[in-house]
Amino acid sequence: MTNSDRNRLKDKAFQVFGVFCTFIGLAVLAIFLIDILIDGLGRINWEFLNNLPSRRAHRAGIYTAWIGTLWILLLTTVIAFPLGISAGIYLEEYAKKSRMATILEINIANLAGVPSIIYGLLGLEIFVRLMALGGSLLAGALTLSLLILPIVIVTTREAIKAVPRSIREGSFALGASKWQTVWHQVLPASFGGILTGVILAMSRAVGEAAPLIVIGALAYVPFAPASPMDEFTVLPIQIFNWISRPQAAFATNAAAAIIVLLLITFILNGIAVYLRHKWQKRIKW
Amino acid sequence: MRTSEKIIEGLLWLSAAITILVTAGIIWVLLSETVAFFSEVSIMSFLTDTEWTPLFAVKRFGILPLVAGTFLTTAIAIAVALPIGLTIAIYLNEYANASFRAVVKPLLEILATIPTVVYGFFALTVVTPFLQQIIPGLAGFNALSAGMVMGIMIIPMISSLSEDAISAVPKSLREAAYGMGSTRLQTAFGVMVPAASSGILVSIILAISRAVGETMLVAIAAGQQPRLTLNPLVPIETMTTYIVQVSLGDVPHGSLEYRTIFAVGITLFVFTFALNNISFWIKKKYQEKYD
Repeated sequence: MTNSDRNRLKDKAFQVFGVFCTFIGLAVLAIFLIDILIDGLGRINWEFLNNLPSRRAHRAGIYTAWIGTLWILLLTTVIAFPLGISAGIYLEEYAKKSRMATILEINIANLAGVPSIIYGLLGLEIFVRLMALGGSLLAGALTLSLLILPIVIVTTREAIKAVPRSIREGSFALGASKWQTVWHQVLPASFGGILTGVILAMSRAVGEAAPLIVIGALAYVPFAPASPMDEFTVLPIQIFNWISRPQAAFATNAAAAIIVLLLITFILNGIAVYLRHKWQKRIKW
Repeated sequence: MRTSEKIIEGLLWLSAAITILVTAGIIWVLLSETVAFFSEVSIMSFLTDTEWTPLFAVKRFGILPLVAGTFLTTAIAIAVALPIGLTIAIYLNEYANASFRAVVKPLLEILATIPTVVYGFFALTVVTPFLQQIIPGLAGFNALSAGMVMGIMIIPMISSLSEDAISAVPKSLREAAYGMGSTRLQTAFGVMVPAASSGILVSIILAISRAVGETMLVAIAAGQQPRLTLNPLVPIETMTTYIVQVSLGDVPHGSLEYRTIFAVGITLFVFTFALNNISFWIKKKYQEKYD
């Protein structure tokens, strides 16, 4: 065998290994989804979605958990959406290349890397204790808002950056002010990208359990929350609670609740992918 | 300039400035509780004691067992994710055709969107029982299973960031390597990977930082027994799990036990902060510039 034959063989071998590695990732994903479906699909019915939590596995449901998840999702979006977009607009359109702008940029990148549980400790001291909100939906939503703020800011900036300079210059030439240009030209043109980012951030917030456990969200809440000041639980915490119990029936409950959680996550991600696709097609500069 | 324009700019600035407040808030919260903690426990024993038993009658406050637990799960996760993720990145760039790449990339990204409690369930109910058939002495909670599943979870982080880095290398370098008669493998490891090494390194560091801060997966599958060991087969406890464990219990506000979670939190924060800043630094300093 010549040297070049050997090299060609190695090349082929790596190709096979490459295919193998790619499929390991996908195979694990498939095994995993199938296993969850087998375990949990039979457990999902109207009662499971509408029952309150219970010590008896077969009577326990996820009503309080999914209502809590919807509340958290809504409140977090309402808080983080305007804040994140405003910050993104400021950094991209207004901030001059100054020391302050650099500090803000590095700071946001750093915040994106802070573990979610640390945000929980922040929320526990500031929102739960200092602002005396207790383990309420509002405290949870504020905590998660800070957690997803960097994601919203970064994606807003990227979307705004994609709008060409000529659009802004055209607007200025017609006598529009800075804010008029941003509001009437830049934001509508970048809205698809911004929305995609916000939805991805929401899907991140839906799956978070750790920071909410730290601020004192409960595993057992006998009533569905009715106002932002109520105590709450969310799907990931309910799942964690059921996984922690030794009885097999609770593992089945956990699998069923996971199906519901994954459904919400995948729907949000699907919407984001769809929007990105649609907007990319529609706007050609 | 009109006043309303000024007011709007001020409001936008305020939103951006809030991010500084968040960072200041995190540091202030962690520091103030930690200072109170160290007024009762000496820093030396915190850093060198080999036992962590703040919730027991005989209290010991050595962070090392929790650090060891975090290190162990992180190391296993990287050992899984690095070879697989990097191979995927190279394969997609140098071997796969565009349509295969267009299908596989979004599918792999799904791995990154799944909530981590779900991975915990998977590790505990599928991977651990499977591993127990191969390794008879494996405990029900262990670092091995949790670390391996975490590795799967962070594959897309390494693969997509490394792929970006490799595809940023100019085509001319690859063509030059082919022109010299190199195979695709020789081109990949002789030219492309070295040229993209800083970007690949950044992806690995960010993956490590992610693994260090991962919480629910290890809280579910790795156990809640702090012990100073590198044995992946026994239950351990990570820093993040300890914070969850205390949060689930009934620890009164202001007590020494309550403050332990902030002392552990600041240790965790220092680790991830250092890793993130090393990655920025590498990105700034070593980013290859091609024209």
